[in-house]
Amino acid sequence: MRVVGRVLRMGDHVDTDVIIPGRYLRTADPASLATHVFEPLGLDPADLAGRIIVAGRNFGCGSSREQAPLALKSAGVGCIVAESFARIFFRNAINVGLPAVECVRAGSADDGDELLVDLRAGRIENRTRGWVSAFEPYPDFVMEILEAGGLINRYRRGRDG
Amino acid sequence: MPTMAEEVLAAKAGREVVPGEFISVEPDWCLLHDGGFLAFRYLEEMSAGVARPGRVVVAFDHICPANSPETAGLQDYVREMVGRYGIENFFDCGCGICHQVMAEEFARPGDVIIGGDSHTLTAGALGAFAAGMGASDMAVLLATGEVWLKVPESIKVTVEGEPGAGVFPKDLALSIIAQLGPDGANYRAVEFHGSTVMDMDIPGRMTLCNMAAEMGAKTAMVPPDGRTAAFTGQRGVELTRRSPDRDAEYLEEMAFEPPSSPMVAVPHRVDDARSVEEVEGTEVDQVFIGSCTNGRLEDLEAAEGVIRGREVRARTLVAPASRRVLLEAAEAGLIASLARAGCVILPPGCGPCLGQHQGVLGEGETAFSTSSRNFRGRQGSPEAGIYLGSPATAAATAVEGRIADPRRYL
Repeated sequence: MRVVGRVLRMGDHVDTDVIIPGRYLRTADPASLATHVFEPLGLDPADLAGRIIVAGRNFGCGSSREQAPLALKSAGVGCIVAESFARIFFRNAINVGLPAVECVRAGSADDGDELLVDLRAGRIENRTRGWVSAFEPYPDFVMEILEAGGLINRYRRGRDG
Repeated sequence: MPTMAEEVLAAKAGREVVPGEFISVEPDWCLLHDGGFLAFRYLEEMSAGVARPGRVVVAFDHICPANSPETAGLQDYVREMVGRYGIENFFDCGCGICHQVMAEEFARPGDVIIGGDSHTLTAGALGAFAAGMGASDMAVLLATGEVWLKVPESIKVTVEGEPGAGVFPKDLALSIIAQLGPDGANYRAVEFHGSTVMDMDIPGRMTLCNMAAEMGAKTAMVPPDGRTAAFTGQRGVELTRRSPDRDAEYLEEMAFEPPSSPMVAVPHRVDDARSVEEVEGTEVDQVFIGSCTNGRLEDLEAAEGVIRGREVRARTLVAPASRRVLLEAAEAGLIASLARAGCVILPPGCGPCLGQHQGVLGEGETAFSTSSRNFRGRQGSPEAGIYLGSPATAAATAVEGRIADPRRYL
């Protein structure tokens, strides 16, 4: 499973309230969530399509709202690479089928760089700058959830198969 | 020797567990609030039922009563699901915040509690292993009665020292978070020890465990003692042995003292906490006293002690954490006293903490809140600022209309 996209750089401690404010949570419709992603930061959700977010420490801290990774995925974010993730966000991201990768080296990517993230191989390639970095690949059961497109799909597939 | 978290998880797994390993457990309680509609939606998509409905607790707190036809519809949907799946532990609008209901009615030392909310760890104050998760995990837990967990490494936090006047558990929590940072305990189980913690009543320990979410903790626990027994004994639950082994192995051991002054977190970070002297005089438009962090009887008592006989200058919203808290506060005369001072009394629930209703902030407004988070946009406009502190500091701030040192009123 590989993801290619252009980098959107963000800082440390990006919290779930700036990813998707509480007042937009009363829906399960991903398309509607996507229109409010990063609204408190004044970012245009249209700019998120095809992006790989590269962030610092503790991405997704705060609430357990699964709408946060759901909104990012729905807006077209292909992957999030961060120095570290808040634990509930990490679990939620995998569960909605949005790859979340911990990698310290990713900090040397700039806005607009083209990245290739190879999830099974545990490898990030910065095609703009020409560096390659490794990360610890997911355990098999996590990879299965991502490849199924999320935990609910994985559950259905597991039961039907 | 196992830490508290390891001991509880080992008892559930039926074998020894070590940090880092993945285990599957059957939680004692599965906790949801009105935001749980997403989990039920997923459950339907999975064509699954609820494996152990007697172990599910649903309490409406986030936007209750409903603020829009859409919200009302989602809540009706959850009510329908609760009926369909035979979930008897259902607490509709006005019963209280799900974490408060969990502590008052269900949680026991040694329980494993998984909730669809990041502040589920509040129940760790009673010696339970309590952790928050998202909707998909909750849906699979509903369907199977089981959940997978990575056994966390544990951090031992020991607090020694007598807190000075005006210094409350919230001040201690903010002080610890300022030192550890917002990810200082990410993925870890935090164990609170020391005379300062053990001298706290259960509501104070709940504040402390609740705020551990703001250091990233997976769970936070306080060793059960006589106070725990007295608290859970109110509903006829016997205390089981859950004291940490003396020579348990921790990832890290840290020592803290109570801060010398009341603490205030300034916009927009919980870990950006300073002594009240540094921010005194900052004008505020709104004060909120309540939430799963600080909406209990002891919190309302502390606030009322400051406000009694005065008039509030900032608009001040008070939300008891549960119906039980509301009734006890009313019987003690606190509600009348606060209302007489000009406070707005909100129904039991989350109030404006999530910025969805009952006091959303406008552009350029400043709030002082006893809740847990001051992230940008949390209580409404991204152009509003939120300060966090204890109920006593909030009350002094309400009286003066600007951030004030509560020690002048004690």
